[in-house]
Amino acid sequence: MSEHGLPPVFLERRSYRRRRMMDALRLLPILGLFLWMLPLFWPTAADGPGAPDKMAMSTAVTYVFAVWLTLIGSALALWSFLRSSPEMGEDANAEPR
Amino acid sequence: MGKHVLLVEDEVNIIEAIRFLLSREGWQVDTHSDGATAVDTIRAARPDLVVLDHMLPGKSGLDILTELRADPDFQTLPVLMLTARGQARDREQAEKAGVSRFMTKPFSNLEVVTAVRDLVQLAQ
Amino acid sequence: MASVNLLVGVSLIYVTFLFAIAFFAERAAAKGRGAWLRSPLVYTLSLSIYCTAWTFYGAVGYAARSGMEFVTIYLGPSLVMIGWWWALRKLVRVGRVQRATSVADLISSRYGKSNLLAIVVTVMAVIGVTPYIALQLQSVTLSLSIFSAPDAGGEVDQAIAAFWVAFGLAIFTVLFGTRNLNANERHDGVVIAIAVEAVVKLIALLAVGIFVVWGIAGGIAPMMERIDASPIGEWDMDRSRWVALTALSAAAFLALPRMFQVMVVENEDERHLQIASWAFPLYLMLMSLFVVPIAVIGLDLMPAGSNPDLFVLTVPLAEGQVGLATLSFLGGFSSATSMVIVATLALSTMVSNHVVMPVWLSARAEGAQVSGDVRNVVIMARRASILMIIGLGYFYYRFSGGGAALAAIGLISFVGVAQFLPAMFGGIFWRGATRWGALAGLVVGFAIWVFCSLLPSFGPGVVLSVGIFENGLLGIGWLRPQALFGIEGIDPTVHAVAWSLVLNTTAFIAVSLVTFPGPLERLQGAQFVNVFDHSTQARGWEAARATSEDLMVMTQRILGADEAQTLFRAEAKRQGLDGSLPEPTQGFLQNLERELAASVGAATAHAMISQLVGGASVSVQDLMAVADESAQILEYSNQLEAKSHELTRTAGKLREANQKLTALSVQKDAFLSQISHELRTPMTSIRSFSEILRDTEGMGQVEKTRYASIIHGEAIRLTRLLDDLLDLSVLENGQVSLRYEAGRLSDLLEQSIVTAQAASTRSMDIRRRHVNEALVLTTDLDRLGQVFINLITNAQKYCDADDPELVISVQQDGDELSVAFRDNGTPIPDAARSVIFEKFARIGDQDGSGAGLGLAICREIMARLGGDITHVPAAQGNTFVVHLPRRAALAAQ
Repeated sequence: MSEHGLPPVFLERRSYRRRRMMDALRLLPILGLFLWMLPLFWPTAADGPGAPDKMAMSTAVTYVFAVWLTLIGSALALWSFLRSSPEMGEDANAEPR
Repeated sequence: MGKHVLLVEDEVNIIEAIRFLLSREGWQVDTHSDGATAVDTIRAARPDLVVLDHMLPGKSGLDILTELRADPDFQTLPVLMLTARGQARDREQAEKAGVSRFMTKPFSNLEVVTAVRDLVQLAQ
Repeated sequence: MASVNLLVGVSLIYVTFLFAIAFFAERAAAKGRGAWLRSPLVYTLSLSIYCTAWTFYGAVGYAARSGMEFVTIYLGPSLVMIGWWWALRKLVRVGRVQRATSVADLISSRYGKSNLLAIVVTVMAVIGVTPYIALQLQSVTLSLSIFSAPDAGGEVDQAIAAFWVAFGLAIFTVLFGTRNLNANERHDGVVIAIAVEAVVKLIALLAVGIFVVWGIAGGIAPMMERIDASPIGEWDMDRSRWVALTALSAAAFLALPRMFQVMVVENEDERHLQIASWAFPLYLMLMSLFVVPIAVIGLDLMPAGSNPDLFVLTVPLAEGQVGLATLSFLGGFSSATSMVIVATLALSTMVSNHVVMPVWLSARAEGAQVSGDVRNVVIMARRASILMIIGLGYFYYRFSGGGAALAAIGLISFVGVAQFLPAMFGGIFWRGATRWGALAGLVVGFAIWVFCSLLPSFGPGVVLSVGIFENGLLGIGWLRPQALFGIEGIDPTVHAVAWSLVLNTTAFIAVSLVTFPGPLERLQGAQFVNVFDHSTQARGWEAARATSEDLMVMTQRILGADEAQTLFRAEAKRQGLDGSLPEPTQGFLQNLERELAASVGAATAHAMISQLVGGASVSVQDLMAVADESAQILEYSNQLEAKSHELTRTAGKLREANQKLTALSVQKDAFLSQISHELRTPMTSIRSFSEILRDTEGMGQVEKTRYASIIHGEAIRLTRLLDDLLDLSVLENGQVSLRYEAGRLSDLLEQSIVTAQAASTRSMDIRRRHVNEALVLTTDLDRLGQVFINLITNAQKYCDADDPELVISVQQDGDELSVAFRDNGTPIPDAARSVIFEKFARIGDQDGSGAGLGLAICREIMARLGGDITHVPAAQGNTFVVHLPRRAALAAQ
């Protein structure tokens, strides 16, 4: 692809798609971090008696595991997409770090 | 008299001058102006003395002299060498090669005539 | 009720089963049929040693005490795995390329193969992980006691049980952990055993969970109702702990020695990491899935005051599910044993490579080429280290009395190993990180951990007095272990995590900024940070001085005879050599160093090879310094080499200049001789004939006239020679001033021919083509005319044809104008052609009228006019071509 000179500005559709999948792969942990840190906004006992009603534990458990499953499913989907492209590692290197 | 001198020289005017001087003294003067064939001419002519220019076309006087001295027949042949180059090294080399007398151009006529006479007498 | 004896029997059968699996896996791997042992599935399952007995028992207890907080311990690693591309990818690549055997080896390798750093990391790791190993022993014995408690008379002596468990683990680790010395060949038996154990503990936990949800609660919806109705039924989270524990678990996941062992050292293929990136979070999720239900049911069913850490066992027992309880026991047993085995393996590698081996080597004064088998020493060191570490864990368990909650011990251990993180990842991502920075960060972080986390964990008044807790160390208020710098009210764990990591990182960066790395350190830094762009070549050895025999002898001692011979033969074959000894090329030495590093650590391997390669007998006391020194020596010798190159170049130039001067001197001598000859020859005639005229009496008038005219002619020749010499001298020195003017070429040629013919006695037929000469030139016409005259005169003088003929032709050819003078005489011989333009070069000039300067002058003139003069060889005659630059010529009107 970029063996000589500058890489082409526009990639063919397939490698373009692969690049964007790599982007998604890199952003996935950030999304996960955000979703799992959302419970920080839920009311707790420390907020005093004026706080809104506390979150039920069943809801909390469901939420945390739902996020988990989403992340695992996304990672699995991205992996199976990228697995079919043999130059996954090299392609990742070509991206700025 | 009637002695035989071979003059090996390539400058026509100098040939004429020396021929005039030596002939007047009673020498038989033959001339030769090519260095390459000079040794053969000397062998054939068997002169009593050779006047040899240092710088000759074809072969230098020094080489001619060295070749002559290598031949037992010509080891004692009087050779008067003339040079226009006037470098000390030339004289040394000529003496090493076995020159009888070494003179620098321009020469005095008297010197040349005297040297030729002395060398022939010495050889006898 | 299951009897303890039955349980022990089941455990023994299970352990035998594990031994058998490990044994057959090793056999299969040795026969080359072990590809399935290295599948991505096995890799993912081996990562599950992250989930220890702390997870298996402790997570439920944790949930029963603090609700959902337990899950942070699994959220951190899940994020790290899902974000493998950011950090893990590089860690695994660096670890593999550098053949790091442990966290200590990696850090030491990065910072210039510093063994001091390796020792510090090793000591910290042992201190940090030993409580964790004790925790595993405690959990196994606790779980045993649960079964025995109702059985009167079957009371289990916990200390004895713990001892036998520790003993069994030590045997297993020694057997399968030190069989292959080269850690690169990995521990197939160990890995397959922990993979099996991973499956067992997952199935056990899932089974208990399914039993609890569907067997006791009656489905998901009723379970959810019971959760909400339980004491932990509401979300009540300390926010700082939620953040800090997630970050801490992520850090520990990366920095734990046992995780490094399975994740990097035992990694077969980097692509497995990509599969594990979703598979391992899935495993973690499944392990966590039923924790809250089990905790809720446990809190519901079990009498108040029962240990929530053991709900996984006690709930099935209370429901009469002995089989399930036994399975659960095996799950906990698996969790504990797999962790102990791998952690011990990882720690023993560090201890033997970075502490025992250097000490042993420096005790032997002979150096690396000692007589005896180093391989045995390494294996013994490894085994001793394993026994020592398990022993330490056992004594810690006995000493601490097994009181503290499992989760607390686990967290303390996490904070301890997390201190490696700044040095590790700073080293991988930042080239500016230095050894002293790493050391400072590690020591500061470790000190804060000991003071704020480890020592307070024993409780007030045990190690740290109550006074220190309340008033600070030495009575200084801002040195209170749970309120550093006087900032109070922070959760103790968050406090320890935040301060230790912040100050660790600060010290690491600050000291790195002000210190300067050694040469080897800088090289390694570049290799680590740019691991994806760089070739995998580490800095090289000067190979020439190492003999293959010495290397072979040393390698045999470390790797064993068979492996060493295989390695050397393979390399010899690769080099295309017949024998079993390869040439000690640089590449081979680097490869060999890495192979050895896998067994004895990078610093030691480097020192050993440097002793052989360097030739000098470096004393082994310098082992630690040698690595750095040799790099410096290399640099120094490179400098010397550069200097000597420079000297050689200078000498070469001087020689060249000298040769030029000598040549010039020879030229000058030759020139003087020539001048002398040219001057003296006419003088000879003049003197001789003037003496003749003076001394000869009675000379005829004809003769007098003749001799006088000779004198006259020679005097003219002399004058012309002097004129030419002066002319040439002026031209050569560039002092000539050119007078440019415009004129017709045809006119110039006409004049030149007239002049030349006037001076000559011989007649010559000269042919021209006037049409082509109709050009206007702008040049120095006099000088150009001089060239033309010279050429015409030469042709007249030297043309030896019967009917001498000269053809002058003018040609405009592209950018230049050329005037050719072609005569029909004998061609100049090839040998002479190269010198005709040189001074005093006279070809066949017998009449002595020329001094041989004419063509030399022509060449100089043409050079001044920006043109050229050449002689063109031809079959018939000679052609001289005068080239003029185009600008000199203007087409005529």
